[in-house]
Amino acid sequence: MMRVWDQFLDYVSDPATWTGPGSFWSRLYDHVWISVAATIVGFLLVFPFALYLGHIRRGSQAATAVVNIGRAIPSFGILAIAFLIIVEFGIGGVRTPWSVLVALIALAAPPIFTNTVAGIQSVQPATIEAARGMGLTEREVLLGIELPMAMPLIMEGMRIAFVQVIATATLGAIVAWGGLGRYIIDGFAVRDNGEILFGALAVGLLAVVAEVGFSRIQRAVTPKGLKVVR
Amino acid sequence: MSPVLAQSDQLIDWSWVERNMGQIIDRTWEHLTLTGISVGVGLLISVGLTIIVLRWRWTYPSITGFTGLLYTIPSLALFALLVPFTGLSDTTAIIALTSYTLFILIRNIVAGIDGVPEAVKEAADGMGYTARARFWKMEVPLALPVIMAGIRIATVTTVGLVTVTAVIGLGGFGFFILRGLNTFFWTQLIVGVVLSVALATILDLAFIALQRSLSPWARGSR
Repeated sequence: MMRVWDQFLDYVSDPATWTGPGSFWSRLYDHVWISVAATIVGFLLVFPFALYLGHIRRGSQAATAVVNIGRAIPSFGILAIAFLIIVEFGIGGVRTPWSVLVALIALAAPPIFTNTVAGIQSVQPATIEAARGMGLTEREVLLGIELPMAMPLIMEGMRIAFVQVIATATLGAIVAWGGLGRYIIDGFAVRDNGEILFGALAVGLLAVVAEVGFSRIQRAVTPKGLKVVR
Repeated sequence: MSPVLAQSDQLIDWSWVERNMGQIIDRTWEHLTLTGISVGVGLLISVGLTIIVLRWRWTYPSITGFTGLLYTIPSLALFALLVPFTGLSDTTAIIALTSYTLFILIRNIVAGIDGVPEAVKEAADGMGYTARARFWKMEVPLALPVIMAGIRIATVTTVGLVTVTAVIGLGGFGFFILRGLNTFFWTQLIVGVVLSVALATILDLAFIALQRSLSPWARGSR
């Protein structure tokens, strides 16, 4: 126990951990940007379609199916398949971030899709009738009524997607990409407990910070009128 | 175009599958035992924690807070956190996998028990049930569909997470995924992914069947 702690302190106090190309900061940067990019692209890919499906009150079965299928496919498997496709079709080399990015987009999209459809459909039909009765156009109903009221669930989907993406970006180290997972995979390879522990804490903390941070955003974008209900 | 097509025709090398049937069976067993032990132990701990929650309600936020925190930690990080202490072992895998099931299971068990209609409880009281009998004969059976939903989610999630234990020398079907990645042998990789999805689906369907036989009154309404 004490030895592990000493190894950890050794690793933390080593200047090489903090400076240079493989430094903590550059790995953190890689990890965060790929996660943010994947979540944004995933959002852009499915959001308009999900919005439309929700508005015409369809696609709830598709949304359920997406959740169930998504859960059954291991994220490690999605990463592996993305790697296979990218390398096989010569889109990107082995050490490029493309396969990781593609896998992360595929992981980010389903929760955003499902929660957007569910969020729009959770708006009471009576509310929409009232809005139509007041003379709002379909566009105004969607953007002025349904979208704000669905906001908590949509942001919940974004949060689930982002935290999942942060977690899976760690596995990117297995397919030779960088990010914070490198510490863990490299640490396993050379059996350096200090490095392993450093990576574990870095990744764990990042995930918790992402989760907590996103919950804050989620609360901020919830319309005032809905906060009372929750 | 044709070289790419020719390559993808050979994505699955069936002779490899035939030659490695023994190992596939071994890894199936490994995947099943890791999943079974983790969900089983997770269920025992969750039932214990639920009993605490039902007796002392104020403990619920801290228990869900703590198990939620465990749930947020990425699997690779949790394995890595344990490896310096428990090594590259089954113990490491089972501790981590078990801790992921807790959040899902406790939330569903508590929600299930809470969802039992007040009128049913009053009817039971009126029929002279003791508190204990009411709990086991009324509340638990009525909560069963929600509890089983939790067990299904926990099981399917665990089947997926077991593949990641390949990095600590286990992995079940994840072993094939990792090997396939490292050697660029797509057959192995695809076999690993497909079998993992198949196992998750089969277990999910098995639990649906079990739940239907245990709570016949809930048939149709799900």
